[in-house]
Amino acid sequence: MSTAVAENKPAAAEVVPTFTATLMIRRFDPEVDEEPRWEDFDVELYETDRILDALHKIKWEMDGSLTFRRSCAHGVCGSDAMRINGRNRLACKTLIKDLDISKPIYVEAIKGLPLEKDLIVDMEPFFDSFKEVNPFLMAGPVKGGKERKQSPVERARFDDTTKCILCAACTSSCPVFWTDGQYFGPAAIVNAHRFIFDSRDEGAGVRLDILNDKEGVWRCRTTFNCTDACPRGIQVTQAIAEVKQAIIKGKP
Amino acid sequence: MPEKSASNLVAEPQSPPKIRSPKRPAGTLYRGKEGMWSWVLHRITGVAIYFFLLVHILDTALVRVSPEAYNAVIDTYKTPLMGLGEIALVAAIAFHAFNGLRIILIDFWAFGAKHQRTMFWVVIGLWVVLLAAFIPRQLMHIFGG
Repeated sequence: MSTAVAENKPAAAEVVPTFTATLMIRRFDPEVDEEPRWEDFDVELYETDRILDALHKIKWEMDGSLTFRRSCAHGVCGSDAMRINGRNRLACKTLIKDLDISKPIYVEAIKGLPLEKDLIVDMEPFFDSFKEVNPFLMAGPVKGGKERKQSPVERARFDDTTKCILCAACTSSCPVFWTDGQYFGPAAIVNAHRFIFDSRDEGAGVRLDILNDKEGVWRCRTTFNCTDACPRGIQVTQAIAEVKQAIIKGKP
Repeated sequence: MPEKSASNLVAEPQSPPKIRSPKRPAGTLYRGKEGMWSWVLHRITGVAIYFFLLVHILDTALVRVSPEAYNAVIDTYKTPLMGLGEIALVAAIAFHAFNGLRIILIDFWAFGAKHQRTMFWVVIGLWVVLLAAFIPRQLMHIFGG
């Protein structure tokens, strides 16, 4: 069986080329370290490898104590947001060949949330502000018929903000959030936007009141770091600007 | 009381090492793009202008206290050092003003967020043009006598 496969693919006999990249990882073990420290790893990689593959290689073959979150590994679950070469990215969506491997690749935990270990931060403050904006449909009983109907145009109004995977790449790229952890942060506002502009939802007023708070949308300083960091390409700053406008007008 | 100390004695050896987060998790500088750096510049120029205004209100108010002291202060403004300071002041105010208009457009113009990067370079362009017109003239004032 195995020979048959080999005969079918004679070209596969050639060795797939690899290259060596250096990863500088900001490590922190709360039981040993007072401060985080940088540690470098030389990893042999393929052209098709992503940062996540490199981290796996380190964890499985070099240092089993390296700690990071990942789940689906395909950019959907939002577990592996980290700062790669100084920018928030998903490790599973960042190809090594797109980075400059003549220099070390810096990998560290996202900023602004309490560091727990290596690349893992405490996400609770992030999810707390997400919960505060009531991220669920608020609607009374259906009026007439059994369905809440929506036209394609009405659906398209909030399509961009439905794409959020709650990876925290945006919120932890925000300079306002770094210095003021009370700020709701882009992710919470994006998820509020998703319901505020949903024609089926009736809780827009409540959410706009919450976001009109001192720590709400007015904290946004339009640095566009969030828009740049979003692995789903959501126009985050645009969404925040729309929520600001909705608050001024008093309706979505 | 004895109960308390007894429970303390039992609890102490088995209490796990306390998990502490580091004092300040620094790391590399975040590599934001035009948006972030325009915000940094906007904040720096804003604070600088605020302090200038504070001093400026004080020295203008001096005229009511003592016109002689006021004249003495105003005379120091004619020194070359202050002249160069005025260049810095105009540079700061011009950037803050143009970038302020950009921020207003981002918030109030429907396509503002989409074109923010272009608008940033327009701001820089206008700023350079304004300074190119102002600096030679100001240098003539300072050093031309």
